[in-house]
Amino acid sequence: MNLFPLWNSLRIALIATVIIFFLGVFLAYLVKKCPKVLKGIIDVVLTLPLVLPPTVCGYLLILVFGPNHPVGAFLQTMGIQFFMDWKGGILASVMVAFPLMYRTTRGAFESFDENLASAGKTLGLSNFYIFWRIRMPACKNGIIAGLVLAFARALGEYGATSMLIGYNQYRTATISTTVAYAWNNNDTQTALVWVLINLFISAIVLVLINIFENNNKKGAKL
Amino acid sequence: MSLYVDIKKDFGSFKLNVKFETEGGVTSILGASGTGKSMTLKCIAGIEKPDSGIIVLNGRTLFDSSKKINLPPQKRHVGYMFQNYALFPNMTVRQNIMCGMHNQGKEVDKESKLLAIAKKLKIDHLLKHRPHQISGGQAQRVALARILVNDPEIILLDEPFSALDEHLRNRLQIEMKENLNEFNKEALLVTHNRDEAYVLSNETVILSEGDSLMQGKTKEIFIKPIYLETAIITGCKNFAPCIKVDDHTIDIPDWGVKFHIDEVVNEDINYVGLRAHEFEVNEKENKNNIKVLEVIEQPFEIQVRFKYENQIDDSEELLWTLKKDSKPFVSPKHLGIKSNHILLLKK
Repeated sequence: MNLFPLWNSLRIALIATVIIFFLGVFLAYLVKKCPKVLKGIIDVVLTLPLVLPPTVCGYLLILVFGPNHPVGAFLQTMGIQFFMDWKGGILASVMVAFPLMYRTTRGAFESFDENLASAGKTLGLSNFYIFWRIRMPACKNGIIAGLVLAFARALGEYGATSMLIGYNQYRTATISTTVAYAWNNNDTQTALVWVLINLFISAIVLVLINIFENNNKKGAKL
Repeated sequence: MSLYVDIKKDFGSFKLNVKFETEGGVTSILGASGTGKSMTLKCIAGIEKPDSGIIVLNGRTLFDSSKKINLPPQKRHVGYMFQNYALFPNMTVRQNIMCGMHNQGKEVDKESKLLAIAKKLKIDHLLKHRPHQISGGQAQRVALARILVNDPEIILLDEPFSALDEHLRNRLQIEMKENLNEFNKEALLVTHNRDEAYVLSNETVILSEGDSLMQGKTKEIFIKPIYLETAIITGCKNFAPCIKVDDHTIDIPDWGVKFHIDEVVNEDINYVGLRAHEFEVNEKENKNNIKVLEVIEQPFEIQVRFKYENQIDDSEELLWTLKKDSKPFVSPKHLGIKSNHILLLKK
């Protein structure tokens, strides 16, 4: 059995989650400090992929990164290709899963007690230290929840991914595109195997979330 | 040791316009809620930026809008104790205090400094605890330790006792006073509680609707509040507009009484204030007939709501409080008040 889709799905989801982490934390922090009107506009733009059909997201990505479009063509001359390449899956996953991370992180940042940051400043702590050692740990729960959601979403991404990178069982296939391809070709046996694999991974993710939440509850009770 | 502050900040509906100078010891800024007290402290610490003005600490300019000087909080050497103490929740008490020494010398020195201060403030048994595991009073001591090891030039205290239980408050006020004395730290205390200001500070600045109304020795301000606002904030319960009749007489139309004043009454006096505990049944001075409206028994005192006999109907009733004793309370027909207990005020 060709296990490439499993490996490809995992690497796409993991790399996308890392990118989403930094992008989400950075933008959530930036937006929180913006004046109100600007905040509203940026918020809409960053959240839009959450409500758009994934196929629309995929189409938008093709418009930018497709080979016949300026950015895609330029990148191709540099030897970087996203269209019909597994790396495109990262783009699609980042775009679709990013709003989940962004919104939960922004919520966590907004409930952060700014007095903690101010106290750190008056004690002479650097802004870098305050951000990574005080603000981030205090918002840990929200950020981790956002990351888990984003990872789960990235792992299950189908619409945008199939638009941008298609299906090639040795180069671009993911678990979800494999299920669709197998089903379309009356290979119900293969489709069922991959459905079971997907169920297994999702169950593990949920169990991890529960363990994490229970640990938190214990911590809060002390 | 001195702090000079003269700043303005416009919030649209509210304008902050504060000017005062401290000369060591503890200075309190006394004002009702929402009069810009905390904002003033935040401007001094550099957390907020005033629109214009100047802040100088021990000859060092922290902020000067005309010279475009605005030091970041990290460079101001100003300790700030927040109302909720702002202990870092993800760190232990030890780590919290260590944060105050992050840029100081060797680990060994830090360690001994930590142990010394923890012992002094009686928190040495809590070093491994996290902030949510300790009580409010302990959290305050940890916050103070964190500030003290940072060795600031002045400590700003933002309503430090308001989050504490009533029975703890008084003890911790005294404790705070002793600690500030012991470590020889100048402090600026912001509070709406007159008792706190009275117990802790030698100088008081009165803040009213964003303006620094007056500054003076704390005890003198309580004896001679001068302004109506100051009288109210220092706990005076009874006040009414008054008219000067002659050099030694004032007329209070609302209450339908005239008071004799020993000292010469100034021309600009237009309000009178009477503290609730200064009335006496057997006092001959300024004796007037009263109608008792309501008697409320408190655990240790009796509160009497009354009106003067000829008081106009829609004016507010007065409050008289007296200590409870073994004798049952009998409503008197008249009450007097000594001339030197009558507060002559300006509005």
